[in-house]
Amino acid sequence: MKALRAVFAPGYVGLVLLFLYTPIIVMMIMAFNQSELYQLPFVFDLKWFRALAHNDDLLEAAANSIIIAIVNTLLSVTLGTLTALALSRHHFRGKAWFELLLLPSLTMPWLITGTAMMLFFFWTGIGRGLHAILLGHVALSIPYVVFIVRSRLKAFNRSLEEAAQILGASAWQTFWRVTAPLLAPGIVAAALFAFALSFDQFVISYFLAPIGISTLPVEIYSAIRKGFTPEINAISTLIILFSMGLMIVFARLSKFAGEP
Amino acid sequence: MSVVDIKQVSKRYGQTLALNNVSMTIAQGEFFSLLGPSGGGKTSLLRSIAGFVEPDEGSIEIDGKPMLNVPINQRDLGMMFQNYALFPHMSIADNIGFGLSVRHRSKAEINQRIKELLSLVHLEGYGERRPRELSGGQQQRVALARALAPRPRVLLLDEPLGALDKKLRDEMQIELKKIQREVGVTTILVTHDQQEALTLSDRVAIINGGKVEQLGSPREVYERPHSQFVASFLGNANFFTGVVCGQADGMTQIRLPAGQVIHSSHGAGRSIGSRVTAAVRPEKLHAAGSNGPGQPCNRLSGRIAHEIYAGNSITYWVEIGAQQVSLTAQNNTAPALSMGAEAHLEWAPADTIVLD
Repeated sequence: MKALRAVFAPGYVGLVLLFLYTPIIVMMIMAFNQSELYQLPFVFDLKWFRALAHNDDLLEAAANSIIIAIVNTLLSVTLGTLTALALSRHHFRGKAWFELLLLPSLTMPWLITGTAMMLFFFWTGIGRGLHAILLGHVALSIPYVVFIVRSRLKAFNRSLEEAAQILGASAWQTFWRVTAPLLAPGIVAAALFAFALSFDQFVISYFLAPIGISTLPVEIYSAIRKGFTPEINAISTLIILFSMGLMIVFARLSKFAGEP
Repeated sequence: MSVVDIKQVSKRYGQTLALNNVSMTIAQGEFFSLLGPSGGGKTSLLRSIAGFVEPDEGSIEIDGKPMLNVPINQRDLGMMFQNYALFPHMSIADNIGFGLSVRHRSKAEINQRIKELLSLVHLEGYGERRPRELSGGQQQRVALARALAPRPRVLLLDEPLGALDKKLRDEMQIELKKIQREVGVTTILVTHDQQEALTLSDRVAIINGGKVEQLGSPREVYERPHSQFVASFLGNANFFTGVVCGQADGMTQIRLPAGQVIHSSHGAGRSIGSRVTAAVRPEKLHAAGSNGPGQPCNRLSGRIAHEIYAGNSITYWVEIGAQQVSLTAQNNTAPALSMGAEAHLEWAPADTIVLD
């Protein structure tokens, strides 16, 4: 029985991973294949990566995506962390409602959020463009940041701050020398999540991008509609390597975050 | 000279009065305990001194200076928390040096002080470790060293030994008392452990329902409790309720409901006919025939109903009419009492404490 389990458990997990990763791995391999139409035998060639370097639309979209993701991370982490601190440290009227209303925004379909934002921005004159995409991403990211930072705050022992204060630390010293270092893993995890959320975001960006301006996911989508080329494989390979790297860092930090 | 002066402090949480007009003064170098059941107000009082709780009324002075508007970090206090509250992201040395470092003392001075304190709490060589690498008892010592490092005016201890097992707790009590004597710092301890309060303190305040029930030296509060609450919270006690039936030569006679008369050398001033409750500690009772001190003149007879063996002592429960009286004997003689047997209990009038 025990021996059976020893074989079965890793086999089962292996199958799940295979199911998850096969299409992605095939796509990554084909980014290095000479043939445009997934033809075998495999002939190694970097021509699709070279083509990518000359595809100005894709490169510009990639630059937009990176800038939006960085600014989104800064804004949503600042606003979200302050929100999490306010929720866990202070009592105020309507707090319970506020907390309750943060939840549905996580489960609301992005299609609906995106449509609503597009109509609202049009109606209020905010319009479409990179600024509108950024606003949309920040609104989308804040609840996630609040939840990640809050879970870290819940495990935070308040008597550590009391100990710092009674030892003579000012509010500022207490924050920078005790609170911030202990919350840091949670804040960094939230930042990585907010970055990935924005960088991968398609639906909301699609609704808020005017003609001629796009982000990477939107540009990839329209490139596929025009006609597929393995350049998409090439850029996807780069994105996958990048976001896997981020997620590995995230996982390491979450583990570290286990001990407040 | 008083260091801490608490005057008529009250604190209300919603409907509950956590502190009800509490006053006390604590002297320089004194080891003072706030003892009481949980929820009695002792922690609220300690946290008011620290500044974490703001009293609704009254004043708290340290060295004659009113504290209520002084920020926590400027009160010049040290505190040990129940869960130690060591900074997990700092080394032991940085934990101990924190209070000096936030005061911008020189690196050399801080390192010197860290060394002194590590040796004071016998943790030389542990400076570079992290708190989680230390045992509970060691973390305890670090917490004490950290609190003492900035040379606080008053050391506050919030149930600091509560998380340790009994043997370690007993060792730490001795250690704590020794260090407190050595440093000479005025200390206020909050505890619900009566034995801890009696062992460590110069004076004890028993706090219940937001009020000071009694305040005095451990000997005073144990030997002369004023109320039934204090008598039963500190150790064990047998209570006898009856009517004063005689007063002569400093002796008070109390007639119990079943007709027996007991004598007390306390209780002068109680008028004949008044109803009183008297307390007698189980260890002050002796079985007739065993070696009791002096010539006891109180004597009650009954039948032994239970026996509780506790190693160093044995407690017998004796049925006297409707009442069960406990007697604790040191386990140093051949057992003179057996279950179901008739027992005659004797004790000295000086050990009959007449309660208020």
